Amino acid sequence: MRSVFFGGGTPSLMKPSVVDRILNRIQQLWPLTNDVEITLEANPTSIDSAKFAEFSSAGINRVSIGIQSLNDADLRRLGRLHSVQEAMTALEIAQKQFARVSFDLIYARQDQSLSSWETELVQALSFAPDHLSLYQLTIEPDTAFALRQAAGKLAGLPNHDLSADMYQLTQYICDAAGLPAYEISNHAKPGQESRHNLIYWHYGDYLGIGPGAHGRVTLDGARYATETPLSPADWLHSALEGSGESKRYSLSPVDQAGEYLMMGLRINEGLNIDRYEGMAQKKLDQLSVDNLIKDGLAFLSGRRLILTKPGRMVLNSIVVALMPIH
Amino acid sequence: MTFCCASGGFDDAPIKRHPSIAVNILCDKVLSLSHPIDQCAKRPHIRGMTDLSRIRNFSIVAHIDHGKSTLADRLIQSTNTVADRDMKEQLLDSMDIERERGITIKANTVRIDYHAADGHDYVLNLIDTPGHVDFAYEVSRSMRAVEGSLLIVDSTQGVEAQTLANVYQAIDADHDIVPVLNKIDLPASDCVRVAEQIEDVIGIDASDAVMVSAKTGIGIDETLEAIVTRLPAPDGSVDAPLKAMLVDSWYDAYLGVVVLVRIMDGVLKKGQRIRMMATNAVYPVDRIGVFRPEMTSVESLGPGEIGFITASIKQVRDTKVGDTITHEKKGAETPLPGFQPSVPVVFCGLFPVDSSEFEDLRDAIEKLALNDASFSYEMETSAALGFGFRCGFLGLLHLEVIRDRTEREYGIELITTAPSVIYHIFMKDGEMIELHNPADMPDPSKIDHIQEPRIKATILVPDEFLGDVLKLCQDRRGLQEDLTYAGSRAMVVYDLPLNEVVFDFYDRLKSVSKGYASFDYQMTGYREDNLVKMSVLVNDEPVDALSTMVHRDRADMRGRAMCEKLKDLIPRHMFKIPIQAAIGGKVIARETLSALRKDVTAKCYGGDASRKKKLLEKQKAGKKKMRQFGRVDIPQEAFISALKMDN
Ligand SMILES: Nc1nc2c(ncn2[C@@H]2O[C@H](COP(=O)(O)OP(=O)(O)OP(=O)(O)O)[C@@H](O)[C@H]2O)c(=O)[nH]1
Ligand SMILES: [Mg+2]
Repeated sequence: MRSVFFGGGTPSLMKPSVVDRILNRIQQLWPLTNDVEITLEANPTSIDSAKFAEFSSAGINRVSIGIQSLNDADLRRLGRLHSVQEAMTALEIAQKQFARVSFDLIYARQDQSLSSWETELVQALSFAPDHLSLYQLTIEPDTAFALRQAAGKLAGLPNHDLSADMYQLTQYICDAAGLPAYEISNHAKPGQESRHNLIYWHYGDYLGIGPGAHGRVTLDGARYATETPLSPADWLHSALEGSGESKRYSLSPVDQAGEYLMMGLRINEGLNIDRYEGMAQKKLDQLSVDNLIKDGLAFLSGRRLILTKPGRMVLNSIVVALMPIH
Repeated sequence: MTFCCASGGFDDAPIKRHPSIAVNILCDKVLSLSHPIDQCAKRPHIRGMTDLSRIRNFSIVAHIDHGKSTLADRLIQSTNTVADRDMKEQLLDSMDIERERGITIKANTVRIDYHAADGHDYVLNLIDTPGHVDFAYEVSRSMRAVEGSLLIVDSTQGVEAQTLANVYQAIDADHDIVPVLNKIDLPASDCVRVAEQIEDVIGIDASDAVMVSAKTGIGIDETLEAIVTRLPAPDGSVDAPLKAMLVDSWYDAYLGVVVLVRIMDGVLKKGQRIRMMATNAVYPVDRIGVFRPEMTSVESLGPGEIGFITASIKQVRDTKVGDTITHEKKGAETPLPGFQPSVPVVFCGLFPVDSSEFEDLRDAIEKLALNDASFSYEMETSAALGFGFRCGFLGLLHLEVIRDRTEREYGIELITTAPSVIYHIFMKDGEMIELHNPADMPDPSKIDHIQEPRIKATILVPDEFLGDVLKLCQDRRGLQEDLTYAGSRAMVVYDLPLNEVVFDFYDRLKSVSKGYASFDYQMTGYREDNLVKMSVLVNDEPVDALSTMVHRDRADMRGRAMCEKLKDLIPRHMFKIPIQAAIGGKVIARETLSALRKDVTAKCYGGDASRKKKLLEKQKAGKKKMRQFGRVDIPQEAFISALKMDN
C-alpha cells in the first residue's frame, strides 16, 4: 500500500479517532510502504484545523486544504463557509503539523481580471506551499453551473482568450516560483507531487471505499470499475450487509484505452504508447499524432507521447481526436 | 337525369387518411372504428353519387395565416361531419410538420353534408389549400377540381400578396368567388376598410362579403348558405364516357398509391377497370371513397363528385397529376386539358450525413416524390459530400419541408448544400448548358455569356416600411417596375434575379417590414448578366458544396461576407484556419479562424473518469456529424447559413 487518500466532501469533519481506526485496519490488511503517503482533504475552518494535531498523530502525513480563494467576497460567491483569515490560520497550523501541505485555489472566477488573479497567486505562493492545485473554473456541460450559465446567471466569466491568458500566466508564475505544473492543474516542488493522484493519471489500480467512491481494480487479469452507494446511509447498510459496492463492471479494452488516454496525457510523463496500443488493440492514429507534432501541441520522447504547454491547454480536443471508438 | 342511389357503402371501416405512417394509421383505425358507423346510422341519405344540383365544390384560398384551415374546421364542425369531441384546431393539417409550424402544406379535401335553408340536402366538397407562395401549385391544381372559391381575407390585415395571386388563379379557373372577411372577433378588425381594399386592389365586388370569425364561429351559417346560393353546381353527364381528373396522388404505407379524383363525366364504380389516358396504364379499381375527413368507402362516384381511388398502383409514374382517368373499354376519346406542370426553381443537393445511408435516402426521396408532384430529383455526386441527390423545389420553404420530412419520417440525417437556380451557360461553340449546380461550372474561358432567371415580384407593404423594402430590392439587384398605393399600403412590383430571392429574401423582407410585407412572384424569363462562380477554400482546400454563382460587381462583398460568416460557423480547431473566397484562381476575400487556445477539463481524478470520458465521447460523436474537409470539420448548418446575407 503506497497511499491512502481521505477525500471528497469534508473528511476533516471526521473524528481523528475514526481515521486512526481506519488506518490501523488498512495496515492489518495490506502492508504499508515506508514512504506511504496518507492525505486528508481538509476545510480551512477553525473547527477542522483544531483537529490537525490529532490527525497528525493518527498517521495523516499530508493535507490538502480547500482554500479556493484569497478574497472574501469571492468565497461567499463560491458558497464557501470560511473566511480568508480563517484559511490562513488553518494553513499555518497545517504547515506546523504536517510534513506536506497543499492547498487549492479556483481562478477565472466571475469578474476576475488577469491582474487580480496575478496578485492573488503571488500572495498564495508567498505562503511557501510545496504543492498547489490551481483549478480554472470551467463550466462543464450537464452541471448546475451550466444550467445557471444557460439561464444567463453567470455573467462576468472570462472569455476564451482571457481564460487562456490566465492559464498561461499561471504556468509562467508557478514555473518561476519553482512549482512547475506536473499535471494540468497541479503544481509541486520537484518530489512533492501527490503520489496518490499520480496513480489516477498513471491509470493504476485504486480501491474506492466509502459512500460514492469509485475504484479501478485488476483481478485475474481483467480490469474492473467499482462504485459504491452515494448516500452514506445506503453505503453503511451495504457495507454491513455485503461488499459495500453498488456496481462492479469490467472495462473493455477500448474503454480502458480511452480512460488511459484521457488520464495519461494530463501529466508530464505523457502517454506510454505501447501500453496504450496494448489496451486499444490498435495503433494510435499516426496522422493525428503527426499533426499534433506539426502544430506544436505534442512531442515524442521515445515511445511516450507528451503534450507541450499549448497542447495541454487543448487536452480535450486532443483526446477527442485520438480517442478510440467502439 | 337519373338519380342513382348507391348502397351507402360503409362496408369498410374508415381508414385515417394520413399517409406514410403505418403505426398511426392502425391506431387511428381502432380509435375511430365506432363513430363513423354511428354516422352512417344517423345519415341514411349518404350515397356514393349525388344529384349535380345538390353539389357544391369549392376551394378555400387566402394569404398565409388568414384562417383557411380554421374556417374549414368550423365548416366541418357545424355540419357535424366530425363530432365535437374529435375536433382539434386545424384538423386537416395532419402532418407533424404542418402542426408544428402551424401552416398548411398539402391541400386537403373534405366532403360534408349540409341541410340548407332551402330545405335541401347538399354535398359540399371543400378543399383547404396552403397559403404560402411555395405551395401555390397545390392551390392551382385544387382549383381545377372545383367551380368556386371562398376568398378569405383577414380583416385585421387586409389584402396581401397571396390574396392577389390566388384571386388571379381563381379567375383563371373561371371560379365564382365569395369573399369572406375573417377574424372579425379581433379588435383590430376593420371590415369596411378591407372590403374597400378588395374592391380597389382586386377589383371584385365585396359588398356582400361574408363576415366571419372562424375562431368563434360567427358567420359560419351565412358562409354555408353563401356556398349553396352563390357558388355554382358542377356540370357533367352520368351517361357520358368516364372522365375523371387526377388531381393528386400520394403514397400511403397502408394502402399504397392513393389517387384523388374529380369526376367530370360518367360514373366510376368499384371493381371497374380504368385507364390513365396519358400513360395508358390499366388497373382494376380496388376501392373508392370520400374524405370525411377519414377515408370512407363508397360504391361509386358520379359527375361533380370528388373522392379517392386505390387500384394497387405500383408505379407512381403512372399517376401523373392532371391526367384523365377513363374506363378501359368505351372510354373517353379526348382527355381533359390537364395542368400546367410546376417548374422547380430552387435546387440544392441533399446528402446523407452518414454516407452508408445513401440507399435509404433514395428510397425516402422516391416516396416523398410520390406525395409531391412539384418536387424533382436526380442523383448527384460531390467530391466533398459523396453520393446524394440534386433536388428541385418550388421555393425555400418547400425545400425545408422536404428536408425535414426526410429526416423525421425516414430518420436520415441530411446535409443540405447551398440552394441555387438554373443558369443558362452559352458556350463559345454555340452550345447552351443548363447549370443546376455551381460546382459543375464549365471552364470560364470557354463561356461566351451566362443568363440567369428573373422574376416579377409583387410586394404589398405598409407605407412606413416602404423605404426599407425598396432598399432591400435594390440591394438584390432589383429593377423597379411599378409602385402604387391602396390606402396606406404600397404595392411595389420589382424585376429581380431569382438567385437573389431564393435564399433568404423572404426572411429579410419579413424582418425589414416587421412582418407586415407580403410577397409573391412569378418567373419571367432569362437575362444575361455578368455572373461568375465564387469558390470557397477552407484551410486551402476547395469546398465544392460552398460554391455559388454571384454577380461580378457584388462578388467581393459577398466573398467577404461569406468568409466572415464561415469564421463564425466553423468551430475553432487546434490550428489556425485560413478561409478564402476566390474567383478562378484569384482570392477576393480572406479571413483567418484563429486556433483554439483552451479546451481542457481542470479537474480529473479517479472518481471522475467514467463521466468525463462519456462527455468526450459525446463530443467525438458530435464531430462525426460534421463534414471533414482535409483537417477541418465543418458543421452541416454552415452550408446554408454561410449564404445568408444580413441585408
Ligand atoms: N382571433 C382569430 N384568430 C383566427 C381566426 N381564424 C384563424 N385564426 C388564427 O389565425 C392563425 C392562422 O390560422 P390558420 O387557419 O392556420 O390559417 P391558414 O390560412 O390555414 O394558414 P396557412 O394554411 O398556413 O396558409 C391561427 O393561429 C388561428 O387560430 C379568427 O377568426 N379569429
Ligand atoms: Mg391552413
